[in-house]
Amino acid sequence: MNQPVISASHLDLTFQTNDGPVHALRDVSLDIGKGEFVSFIGPSGCGKTTFLRCIAGLEEPTGGTLAVNGLTPDAARRSRAYGYVFQAAGLYPWRTIGGNIRLPLEIMGFSKEEQAERVKRTLELVDLAGFEKKFPWQLSGGMQQRASIARALAFDADILLMDEPFGALDEIVRDRLNEELLKLWDRTGKTIGFVTHSIPEAVYLSTKIVVMSPRPGRITDVIESTLPRERPLDIRDSAEFIAIAHRVRDGLRAGHIDA
Amino acid sequence: MILVFAAVAVWIGAWAFNGWLANGRFSDLASVRLAVPLIFGATVIVVWELIVRGLQVPPVILPPPSTIVGAFFGNFGVLWPDFVQTFAKGALGGYVIGCGSALLTAILVDRYDFLRRGLLPVGNFMAALPIVGTAPILVMWFGFDWQSKAAVVVVMVFFPMLVNTVAGLRDTSAMQRDLMRTYGASYWQTLFKLRFPAALPFIFNGLKIATTLALIGAIVAEFFGSPTRGLGFRISTSVGTLALDMVWAVIVVAALTGTAFYGAVAWLERRMTFWHPSQRK
Ligand SMILES: Nc1ncnc2c1ncn2[C@@H]1O[C@H](COP(=O)(O)OP(=O)(O)OP(=O)(O)O)[C@@H](O)[C@H]1O
Ligand SMILES: [Mg+2]
Repeated sequence: MNQPVISASHLDLTFQTNDGPVHALRDVSLDIGKGEFVSFIGPSGCGKTTFLRCIAGLEEPTGGTLAVNGLTPDAARRSRAYGYVFQAAGLYPWRTIGGNIRLPLEIMGFSKEEQAERVKRTLELVDLAGFEKKFPWQLSGGMQQRASIARALAFDADILLMDEPFGALDEIVRDRLNEELLKLWDRTGKTIGFVTHSIPEAVYLSTKIVVMSPRPGRITDVIESTLPRERPLDIRDSAEFIAIAHRVRDGLRAGHIDA
Repeated sequence: MILVFAAVAVWIGAWAFNGWLANGRFSDLASVRLAVPLIFGATVIVVWELIVRGLQVPPVILPPPSTIVGAFFGNFGVLWPDFVQTFAKGALGGYVIGCGSALLTAILVDRYDFLRRGLLPVGNFMAALPIVGTAPILVMWFGFDWQSKAAVVVVMVFFPMLVNTVAGLRDTSAMQRDLMRTYGASYWQTLFKLRFPAALPFIFNGLKIATTLALIGAIVAEFFGSPTRGLGFRISTSVGTLALDMVWAVIVVAALTGTAFYGAVAWLERRMTFWHPSQRK
């Protein structure tokens, strides 16, 4: 593996809430190399979102160290190292779909032509061409989620953090976007952190699958995928694919029994 | 007496007609929705006219609407400068200065927490001062002309506008703010691209409340000294000479102005916050 882009060691995070402390992450150590596609899978509430937010500098760990591109997560955030797709679409209702995708481009100072060009390109990528002038509330939940993916892709950050981006989509669209995402990843060499609840999705997309378990959230297994980089959809019927999926399932089960 | 019976008849007839319109099968038409309140208003005016004439109510107590309309058009040459003095200069000037400075203060208050704790109580205190107490003082300070009326208006509209804007600037979800953070957006970028648009429904709420306050403030302040024109001045001098038809004509001017002012702000609100759930069609 080449030098890590994201490097977490012995990360701890405890939320102080009114009902007492919530131990969301415990002793999480993980290295993610440049150009890796890492999936996080685990039961609800095991800290997947929290870990992603720590990487993005949106949450402050209470223990351990975390470096991104050799910087603190906060400094990396300020240098605009990430595109982040949140678990909910969160489009601004006063902006059109096109305007929402343009938002990061405006903030980062892209030229007008460049903005228009990128909005058009990313909308096509997520199959929303023709919806540029619509407002978010005029679109279905799945379409809004796709628009939020387009928004994160528009500005070409080196690191893409995606929190259940395809959770609200039907199987067919999901398959298509999985393929598109793999192509984009292959073409651009981005480093991707991807949260999902779907075992097949995790196995299909990832070079590395991180299995987590709850209370407190920790990593129980890290599986390096042996699948080739080139992945047609029907690779999901291969014996190798099924073997990896089994190992992920076993890891999830073990986590449940411990907890 | 016949006129009184006629009034009762008109009332019952119009009531029945309006009831039929409002509950009938045309009730969803835009024209019908507009007609119902208009018919109601017209009925009130006709009944008022008939009863005042039928019972021979002295004009000092209540003049008939026809006399008021006569006074309105007959004194148009007087009422127009009054309107310009009170509304265009006093009320509007104070409205713009008061709402504008409240908006800027709100941005500061929002940014620096010590200002929030320091300034909001002061604003609250200012809003609690009775206008009949502050107006004479402000007239002393700023003279008889419209400047002192604008000052009274500023004092009246500042606080409601400030409170609404401060609340609006805080009305963003954690996720909306996190999104800005992932872009490494600066304070000003976040302010203009997220918090200000999100605050617009609140800001317009403040602007609408302030329209009514501005007109009241500008009129009442003229009771404590003004040049020989202005709606408040006109009311106080006309009351002195028992020219009640003139008083009523001024009330008509103030009512029309206030309604139009409010309507204009509400129209702007619909244009600018069309995306808000309360405005979506
Ligand atoms: N801001 C917060 N304050 C207090 N507790 C929090 C906060 N955010 C998350 N938690 C707690 O931390 C734990 C992990 O939450 P997290 O959102 O990371 O789970 P998740 O793995 O993403 O779950 P899901 O699959 O349902 O999205 C949960 O127990 C949650 O209640
Ligand atoms: Mg989550």
